[in-house]
Amino acid sequence: MNAVIPFLKKPLVIALLLIVALLYLGESLSPGFASADQILRLLIVASLLGIVAAGQNVVILGGREGIDLSVGGVVSLSAIIAGNVMNGADGGILPAILACLAAGAFFGLLNGLGVTLLRIPPLVMTLGMLGVLQGLLVVIRNGIPSGRAAPGLSAFVTQPLVFGIPGIIWLWIAIGLFMAFMLNRTVFGHRIYAIGSNEHAAYMAGVPVRRMRIGLFMISGMFAAIAGLCLLGYSGSSFANVGEQYMLSSIIAVVFGGTSLAGGKGGYTGTMAGAVLLVILQGILTTVNIDESGRQMVFGATLLLLMLFYGRGRAMRA
Amino acid sequence: MTPTTIETPSARPGGLKLWLERYPFLPALIIVVALLALNGAFSPNSLSYRSLTGLLSTYMALIMLAIAQTYVVSAGDIDLSAGATLSLVNVAIVVLMEKWGGGTGAVVGAMICGILLGLACGVINGIVVAALRLQAIVATFATSIFFTGVALYIMPVAGTPAPALFWRTYGGRLLGLPFIFYVLAALAVLLFLLSRTRLVTQLLAVGDDQQAAYQTGLPVVLVRIKGYALCGLFSALAAFCLTGDTASGDPLVGGKMTLYSVAAVVLGGSALAGGWTTVVGSLLGALTIGLVNSLVFFMGTPSEWQNFVQGLAILLVLMAGVLAGRRARA
Repeated sequence: MNAVIPFLKKPLVIALLLIVALLYLGESLSPGFASADQILRLLIVASLLGIVAAGQNVVILGGREGIDLSVGGVVSLSAIIAGNVMNGADGGILPAILACLAAGAFFGLLNGLGVTLLRIPPLVMTLGMLGVLQGLLVVIRNGIPSGRAAPGLSAFVTQPLVFGIPGIIWLWIAIGLFMAFMLNRTVFGHRIYAIGSNEHAAYMAGVPVRRMRIGLFMISGMFAAIAGLCLLGYSGSSFANVGEQYMLSSIIAVVFGGTSLAGGKGGYTGTMAGAVLLVILQGILTTVNIDESGRQMVFGATLLLLMLFYGRGRAMRA
Repeated sequence: MTPTTIETPSARPGGLKLWLERYPFLPALIIVVALLALNGAFSPNSLSYRSLTGLLSTYMALIMLAIAQTYVVSAGDIDLSAGATLSLVNVAIVVLMEKWGGGTGAVVGAMICGILLGLACGVINGIVVAALRLQAIVATFATSIFFTGVALYIMPVAGTPAPALFWRTYGGRLLGLPFIFYVLAALAVLLFLLSRTRLVTQLLAVGDDQQAAYQTGLPVVLVRIKGYALCGLFSALAAFCLTGDTASGDPLVGGKMTLYSVAAVVLGGSALAGGWTTVVGSLLGALTIGLVNSLVFFMGTPSEWQNFVQGLAILLVLMAGVLAGRRARA
């Protein structure tokens, strides 16, 4: 028993148990919810969220109130850039990937420079950047048509690739392995935890704190850009503010994965489970037959309830 | 190494620092005056009495919401549900006023209910964040979804009009002066009275150093809940101003205003980390957002570029606000 309780308190275990419970609930509410087909469909949606959350995750791990509110704007921007660069032709996929990554890295760089050189709090800097990105989207949309996804990209996201599983899920698994390797086995990863738990100590130990932090925001921008590209493949064409929903849901996925918003503690495996959990919850709410108001109330209340399972702050002690 | 070489360069910043310490909203005031001047330069008409009162009535809701946000930020918290609370109160009072006939009694009754509703939302947030110890950003986002659901339940689609008595009063005149001036004067008195209360000092103490505040014997959890309640109260007041301005109910109207309220707080020179805030600054910060928007319009920016220029300008003044605020605190 003594070994079981701490095990059950691990965020990843909590998330996995909740996923199973929600799948069971969904299946009993509407038979067929937990069928293999449905689960694959949910996983595709979860992978889009999970890829955005990967970037959010490293920014949050880096501490100093790290947070990236501009990810939603980057997702939308990247979807429209990709749509225009490829414009329905498979030959355009590679240039589109490069263009999206460049755009994501550029806006991440600006965020990082504002946060490190000017020492603007991340929340403020990325909030301001979100406003700029939303304005930029209006400009772009007025000048050019929204563009179409290449068939190859759509197939990658929606059609089975290997063992009946779509490419995007393989991509997500690869990103998960990459993140686990980076965070646990590389100097860069260890330094993320170092600056996240004690920036000053990390600086004294010779960690290039500023460059690290700029790098984290660039990683966040690039992951958001990849998600935007995949989102285009998922929906076929981009529409206004497709990425907006990812701003706060990516943060919630990270929190559900057991990463503390204070930084320095957590990892990406939990975040992946958190993203799946969030998507299943939304899936159940769209399946059950209640109107929008009830759906929102239940969603909000459930999110609060689920948060109680995760890292609550410590009580004040004298 | 001699004392004189150290004293000379620090003398001037010292004076400036003193000013900033006494009037932390000074940088925000300078930005507002500069924006007013720019507005006047591009379109003299924009500085007319009429346009300025119009600007004030339009942005009074954001001013109230920014002030609401300031009180939670004082304690080092944040409220991402302020806009949803505004929407909820907006639809609730519109529906109640319609139900009760739209007379004076109905308006007053609905406003009392609106204030109670705002307070209730604030207390819920406070309990969730301070008592249950959830992380403020995600927890208040979750409550914002919940409040939006309740607002949608009360009024599924936007468009129910508010009674004429309500918006005619808000947009009209009283004893020869625009009604909005009375709102502003009442707000000033309210803010002054609040600034003399123990609660505001306690909020700042908690925001400055929670542990220290606790060890001095402050009931930290209760203080934070009260901060959220104050935020709910001002969100309700913001809803009144918005209803007076738009003359209708809309269950989603406040969603976009939340992040602007946070931006206004920062523009005003308050520190998001807590412990150092200025409500006057937040008021000016909200005005800054309004003035930037009107300036971009009066400059003759092509319509498709307006959002971009607004976003860029707000990012720049945000940076200026943070840098100036830090100068004051350093």
